[in-house]
Amino acid sequence: MAITRETVLHVAKLARLELEDAEIDRMQKDLGNILEYVNSLAELDTASVAETTQVAVVGAPLRADEAEPCLSNEAALSGAPRSNNGGFAVPAFVEE
Amino acid sequence: MSDVLDLPIAEQADRVARGEISAVALTERVLARIEAKSKLHAFLHVAREAALASANAIDQRRARGEKLGPLAGVPIAIKDALCTVDAPTTCASKILTRRNAEGTAGSTAEHGWRPQYDATVVARLRAAGAVLVGKTNMDEFAMGSSGENSAFGPMRNPWDQSRTAGGSSGGSAAAVSAGLAAGSLGSDTGGSIRQPAALCGIVGVKPTYGRVSRYGLVAFASSLDQVGPFARDARSAARILEVIAGVDPHDSTSANVPVGAYEAACGKPVKGLRIGVPEEYFGEGLDPRVAASVRAAISALEKDGCSVHPVALPHTRHGIATYYIVATAEASSNLARFDGVRFGLRIEPARSDLQTMYGKTRNSGFGPEVKRRILLGTYVLSSGYYDAYYRKAQKARTLIKQDFDRAFEHVDAIAAPTSPTPAFKLGDKADDPLAMYLADIFTLPASLAGIAGLSVPCGMAPATGSEPPLPVGLQLLAPAFQEERLFTLASAVERLTAPNGPALPPS
Repeated sequence: MAITRETVLHVAKLARLELEDAEIDRMQKDLGNILEYVNSLAELDTASVAETTQVAVVGAPLRADEAEPCLSNEAALSGAPRSNNGGFAVPAFVEE
Repeated sequence: MSDVLDLPIAEQADRVARGEISAVALTERVLARIEAKSKLHAFLHVAREAALASANAIDQRRARGEKLGPLAGVPIAIKDALCTVDAPTTCASKILTRRNAEGTAGSTAEHGWRPQYDATVVARLRAAGAVLVGKTNMDEFAMGSSGENSAFGPMRNPWDQSRTAGGSSGGSAAAVSAGLAAGSLGSDTGGSIRQPAALCGIVGVKPTYGRVSRYGLVAFASSLDQVGPFARDARSAARILEVIAGVDPHDSTSANVPVGAYEAACGKPVKGLRIGVPEEYFGEGLDPRVAASVRAAISALEKDGCSVHPVALPHTRHGIATYYIVATAEASSNLARFDGVRFGLRIEPARSDLQTMYGKTRNSGFGPEVKRRILLGTYVLSSGYYDAYYRKAQKARTLIKQDFDRAFEHVDAIAAPTSPTPAFKLGDKADDPLAMYLADIFTLPASLAGIAGLSVPCGMAPATGSEPPLPVGLQLLAPAFQEERLFTLASAVERLTAPNGPALPPS
């Protein structure tokens, strides 16, 4: 199935991937080939088939609502590229 | 087979427990072998000091007369997708590295993220006395079937270094095959334990979904991911699985089902077990040498008292399409966490806003296959395509699962090839993502069904003009939580096809 350059750019934007120009061409070709292949599922009659989202989960229990030890603030921030005042620091994201 | 490093896990642990060799001496020996075999690139990080320190602690416990665990002193390697407090964890991705002085992503895993906690399976191995020798190479974020998607370069097959060790857990498989660890952990989302085990000539187990905790496993596709062991023989793999299996309050998908006696199941008679053989797994594209080896192993089981029956798994051919929709959709969601804020890489040009930082960090941190899968997963979940792709694939998944449910009404286990071919050359499929996906055709359906699976060596594909002899794996599948049955059958296959012990690669 052909996929347009605009669709690749739209999906890349949703996925927060700032693709380089050469990558866009490659992804357009590869995704087109893969989608053509996966379209083979269309031949299956699934009108009366239920969806499977998860298998073999036995229970999925809830635990008691009690506080348990967790990471210290310092440990939680230990891998952060940038931190500030005990929090993760990010670039501005609201208009001033 | 005179080297202690080539003995099964139980014998290595027994020798340490009896004091015939110290854990430190065993560790020094394995570290020397890892160094000598560094060309395999099985490891992204060798935990030399930490391994010697934990070996020393084992020796001290023994000196004090304390009881030692079932893996005391045994060298074990860990896939780099599992969190370790004392070693970097990168998933073979640059996005889990820090920026170097040049302002680009780190060039080796030594610049990798340091987790604040151990994965549950890692903690359980430590508690059992295992000596963790290092973090193994893999396809980036476990996406790949050849190891070639590692951001730090591929691992190599100990049987022929121009060939793939398989993927994604290729480093864990290569390490055990070459004797750089007595056992290792991998993760299997669509075949990432079974396929490299087959290609490297060792045992690899994909336990039932929920059998083993995933707490501390970097998530790829949450409805499929499962942690499991590699070892050179079934009994050794069984011992590791017994240590790591079981419910975990930190993973709500871990099953509260009693852990089986996997080691005791090895060596039990197979007489009366009903083996199903799906003809869908013996069709076009299967290397005739693989077919011959697998069919010979099934005949050997039959002579040993199993009954063999044809079974139908008619939706097998839809496994690849179903998997690559379900798995990429889940991956696109799971990998959203890699955004340059809390860990790893951040690319932040001067005065850039948050969206620019996200976009540049993710595009320079992820490799091409990971980006391809994130884009595919985002596409199939996006407005207008969800019903045609994602919902359709979830329905196809039901049909694939029903195939197995019906088959297991008549048979106790299914036997089939693990991989359509022996180990292929590095580079052969690297430029064609779809051809690479086809390598997983026989392992994906069991992952989608969530059942128990295992690959055990069943012979060697004879040398051809261009290929040396290469190992072939037999895939055994059983209903959910019936791992004991797999170990009984796998140990019988070993006894019948390799009575003098596992074939080892050229040293």
